[in-house]
Amino acid sequence: METTTKGFKKTGTVVAVIVYCLLILWTLVNLFPIYWMFTFSLKSNDEIYGQNIIGLPHKFLWENYKTAAHTGRMGLYFTNSVIIAVATIILTLIAAVMATYAMSRIVWKGRKLMNKFFMLGLTIPIHSSIVPVYITLKKLGMLNSYQALIVPYAAFSLAMAILICMGFMDDIPIQLDEAARIDGCGLWGTFFRIIVPLMLPALSTVGIYTFLQCWNEFMFANVFNTKEFIRTLPVGIQQLSGQHTTQWGPIGAALVIATFPTLFVYMLLSKKIQSSFMAGAIKG
Amino acid sequence: MDKMKEKNKTAEVSLSADAISEKIKRRNKIYKGVSVFLFLTPALILFCGVLIFPIGASIYYSFFDWNGFGTKTFVGFANYVELFTSQIIPFPLALKNSLLLAVLSVFIQLPLSLALALALGRGIKGERFFLSVFFAPVLISTVIIGQLWLKIYNPDYGLLNSFLRQLGLEEKIMALTGDIKDVLWLGNSKIALGAAFVPILWQYVGYHMLLLYAGVKGVPVELREAAMLDGASYGQVNRYIVIPHIKPIIKISVIFAVTGSLKSFDLIWVLTNGGPLHATEVPSTLMINMLFLHNRYGMGSTIAVLLIALCFLFAVLISAAFRKED
Repeated sequence: METTTKGFKKTGTVVAVIVYCLLILWTLVNLFPIYWMFTFSLKSNDEIYGQNIIGLPHKFLWENYKTAAHTGRMGLYFTNSVIIAVATIILTLIAAVMATYAMSRIVWKGRKLMNKFFMLGLTIPIHSSIVPVYITLKKLGMLNSYQALIVPYAAFSLAMAILICMGFMDDIPIQLDEAARIDGCGLWGTFFRIIVPLMLPALSTVGIYTFLQCWNEFMFANVFNTKEFIRTLPVGIQQLSGQHTTQWGPIGAALVIATFPTLFVYMLLSKKIQSSFMAGAIKG
Repeated sequence: MDKMKEKNKTAEVSLSADAISEKIKRRNKIYKGVSVFLFLTPALILFCGVLIFPIGASIYYSFFDWNGFGTKTFVGFANYVELFTSQIIPFPLALKNSLLLAVLSVFIQLPLSLALALALGRGIKGERFFLSVFFAPVLISTVIIGQLWLKIYNPDYGLLNSFLRQLGLEEKIMALTGDIKDVLWLGNSKIALGAAFVPILWQYVGYHMLLLYAGVKGVPVELREAAMLDGASYGQVNRYIVIPHIKPIIKISVIFAVTGSLKSFDLIWVLTNGGPLHATEVPSTLMINMLFLHNRYGMGSTIAVLLIALCFLFAVLISAAFRKED
C-alpha cells in the first residue's frame, strides 16, 4: 500500500490537508492571546486602545515593567511565590520518598492498603479542606504566613508524588537492597545510600509537578494569605488589576512576569512535564 | 558419664542459640516496625492533618450554625434544607450553572480534544511542536488566563469588540444580546456563562488532549496496520480500532471534565465573581462568599460537603455508564 506522507493513504491527502488546517488554526487560537499579552505589556494605553491593537509595539515601553515591579510590588510577590514553591517541593519530596520506601521496599502487612489510602488523595478536592484548615490556621495565629500555604500545598501534592515515586522505586532492582544489607547497611543506610541517589530522576519529575501546582494555586492563597507582604503572584495580580483598571500596560507586564518562569521551565522540560501529567491521570 | 555430660552441654548451647536467634528475630521485627512507622510519619501527618481529618470536620460543621468564632448551634439538616429552599442563596442556580459547564465540557471540549489527539497520535510532521503548544495553556495560572480574557472581553477596548467593530458586526450582535452601547460579554446575564466557558475551554482542551494522546499512542501499530490492509479508511480505523481501545482514558477524561466543572472556581472568580445577577454563580463561588462575606461557616461547609458528594457520585455514575456500554 503506497503512502504519501507518514500515516496517510494516498487517497487521504484531502484528509491530511483538513487535519493540518485544523491543527494550525488551533495553534493560532492558542498562541495569539499569549502573543497579545506579551505585546500589550510593552505598549502605551494609546496603542492598546486603538492605534495599534494587535501589532508589535511601535515604541517598547519598558517602564511598564518598572511600574509593575515597583508600585505593583511584583518583586515581593514573586519572592513569596518562590519561597513557598521551594519549601513545598522540599517538604513534599521528603514525605513522599520516605513513605514510598516504607511501602515499596519494606515487607509488612498492610503496605498495599496504606498505598491505596494515600491514593485517595488524588480524588479529594481542596474544597473539602478549606474551612477546617482556615479555622485551624486562625486559631494557631498562622494566617498570613509562609507555612499557611506550604503545609496544605505539600499535603495536596503528596498523593501524586507518592504515585510517581512508587512507579520509579518499584523499578529499582531489589538485589541492590540485598547487596547493601549484606554489606551491613540497615534499612536507613540502604535508604540514604542506595535508594535516594537512584531516585533523583523521579524527584525532578515530582518537583516540577509540585512547582506547577503551587505556583498557580489561587483558592487557598486567596483565602489564607490576604496581607500584602505575604501574597503570592496570582493573588497579587488579582489585587493589582483591581487597582489599575485603566492602565493595561503594567498589568500586562505583571502577567508576563508571573507567566515567564512556567513557560521557561516548560520550554526546557516539555517532555518531562507532559509525562508527569499523564502518569497521574492514567493510574489515578 | 562424660558422654552424657557432653550431650547435655551441647543441648544447652543449642537451646541458648535458639533463644538468641529468637531474640534477634524479635529485635529485628521491632526495628522494622519502628522504621516503617518513622518512614511513614511525615506523610501521614500531612495527609491526615490536611486531607482526611478536615473532611470529617467539614461534615461535622455542616450540621451547625456558626460564624467561625462564637458558639456553634446544632441545627441538624437545616443548612442542607435551606440551600435548596432559600430565596436568598441561589444554590440550585449555582448547581445548574456548573452542570451546564459540565455538559459544555463533555460535548464541546472533549470532542475537540479527541480530534486533536487523534490527529497527532498517528505520527504526523510537527507532532511534538503541536503537542507542546496545545498543552502550554494548562501550565499558565488560571488567574493570569482570567485577567487576559478580561482584557479580551473588555467592552470598550477589548480585542474581541475591536475586532467585531472592524468587521461591522458589533451592532448585529448587540441587537441579538440586547446590549445598548457595546457587547458586554461578561456583564450581560444572558451570555455571561457562555462567555466564561470559552476561557475554560481554551485552557483545558490541551489537558484532555494530552491524556487522550497518550491513549492513542498506546494503540498497537499492528492493529492499525491490519485494519488499513483490510481497506479501512482513516475514519474507520479511528472509529473501530482507536476509540474502543482508548475507552478507559475517555472515561477518565469525562470524569475529570464533569468533576472539574462542578468544582470550578478560579476562572469564574476572576472573570465575573459569580455575577451579573448570579448568572455565572457556581457552588465554589457561593461557598467562598458564605465564608468570607457572610461569616456562615456552617453553610460554607455544607456547600463543600455537597460538592464532594456530588463529585464522588458523578465519578461513580460515569464509571457505571461506561461499564454498561461494554
